[in-house]
Amino acid sequence: MAGFAPKTGAEGTGYTRIVGPLLLPTWAMIGIFLVLPVALMAVYSFLTKEFRGGVIWDFTTAAYDQFFVTRGLFGDEPAAIEWTYIGIFWRSIWQAGVATLVCLIVGFPTAWFIATRPPASRQLWLFLITIPYWVNLLIRTVSLKFLIRDNGPLNESLMGLGLIDGPLPLVNTNLAVQLGLFYSYLPFMVLPIYAAVERYNFALSEAAADLYASRWVTLREIVLPVVRPGIIAGCILVFVPSLGAFLAPDLLGGAKTFMIGSLIEEQFKGSQGNWPFGAACAMILMTLVMIVLIAYARQQSRAEGG
Amino acid sequence: MDLRRYPGFRAMTLLCLVILYTPLIVITVYSFNASTSITTWGGFSWRWYADVFTGPEAPRFRAAAWNSLTIALIAATTATLIATAAAVAMVRGGRFRGKSATFTLINLPLMVPEIVIAVATLIFFSMIGLTTGYLTILIAHITFCIPFAYLPIAARLQGIEATYEQAARDLYATRAQAFRLILLPLMMPGVISGYLLAFIISLDDFIITNFVKGAGMETLPTAIFGSVKQGIKPNIMAISTMMLAVSVLLVTLSYFVNRAGQKTRA
Repeated sequence: MAGFAPKTGAEGTGYTRIVGPLLLPTWAMIGIFLVLPVALMAVYSFLTKEFRGGVIWDFTTAAYDQFFVTRGLFGDEPAAIEWTYIGIFWRSIWQAGVATLVCLIVGFPTAWFIATRPPASRQLWLFLITIPYWVNLLIRTVSLKFLIRDNGPLNESLMGLGLIDGPLPLVNTNLAVQLGLFYSYLPFMVLPIYAAVERYNFALSEAAADLYASRWVTLREIVLPVVRPGIIAGCILVFVPSLGAFLAPDLLGGAKTFMIGSLIEEQFKGSQGNWPFGAACAMILMTLVMIVLIAYARQQSRAEGG
Repeated sequence: MDLRRYPGFRAMTLLCLVILYTPLIVITVYSFNASTSITTWGGFSWRWYADVFTGPEAPRFRAAAWNSLTIALIAATTATLIATAAAVAMVRGGRFRGKSATFTLINLPLMVPEIVIAVATLIFFSMIGLTTGYLTILIAHITFCIPFAYLPIAARLQGIEATYEQAARDLYATRAQAFRLILLPLMMPGVISGYLLAFIISLDDFIITNFVKGAGMETLPTAIFGSVKQGIKPNIMAISTMMLAVSVLLVTLSYFVNRAGQKTRA
């Protein structure tokens, strides 16, 4: 049974015949409590709303109709595009996009700096960057709100230093929400870029320098194309959770910064709720995310193929 | 010219750390504020910590903490058992049909937005007529903890050569003996680090818990969220600081377990 060459694969360890039983709990848990619910949610988005927050089993496209189409206040006008919800989605995409960009601007130099440290200290730097991620997101968001509120420590110290006359109104603005998203997901940007830069072959930079390329030209023309997969992965890891974020817009933003997460949450709270509409919004959000992920996967396989 | 160095990159890294840590340090410092006002500093005091344990809101916090801890313990334990079996099958099971589909399935909780999981889970429980409460929170937590437990375990397992188990099997060890005496001790650092991550993730979850908890049921994050809606009070800062300390402690533990594990890696 055992050969002479060392085997790193599965041969001879005896697990190949019990793969099914070993994986059964995973299939059952994620299959029953995630895949099935998402499928049911898709069905739910085509049901009729019952006025106390439940549903009636009559199939209709009313939820999607409500999302995309308006027929005036009394429903007697010709159908036109309903911009309210598209607007909320567009704002969410914009907010998530800005947060992603800021994460990239701060995260790339950070990842680069860490990846060019001596190997012994890299782990410690990475550890320092990842600790905050493991602190409860709610607590981080509350801490940020405490720091930046009108008479919070940030404004107090800026006024104490004489840099500003009155408090900067940060809370309840788009900026606060973007800051919150940036703060929530920054480590997600740093880690994949770090992994890409760590594998980068600096002989390429040296070759460019030998041919009289400046430091920044080298960065733009040589480094960025090579570490691009890490940058794209980081952007997706920040953008996707930002898009459906609930805590940052809810705690740091106000009515004007309403995002998808809050819109969906509202549909499931109390008697004002509309479960089919909430399910439809969640379906649309998931579709957006899946488009991003599939585009990424295709781009990845193209990059590996060619 | 050192091509690894770019001007400003070190400053940006330090800025990054300042941004990440300032809010956490500020809330920790202010949790020791003797003053009732959250704005002015009134000297050092433990009073808000005492308030968390003995104050008017203490029973609510105690119930929430009990729920959070027991759910995290059961969810992390169950998820780690499930993920360990899955990792052994995925890494040691050779090629089998549906392997890449299974890989996608394991990672699905990380790919679907949290709010979508929350909505779907709530709809599912309401459809099968399961009353939302402790059990529904627990089921949801076990499900989304699986990938967090799986990733470090599988990563560790991939670094362990099969030769040790093959040798044991050649010497007539049963599969169970080879697992218990050879593979499990070697993969233990991965299992512990997966367990700790799953524990933290369960303890931290707000969005999904908020959807499936039902009326009257609270975990620490939902209790804190409920209080914060009326403004950030000092006792909330104290409770937040304690949770922050637990998270930092567990992650540090996981970091050192992993590092010790790397030294013993065969």
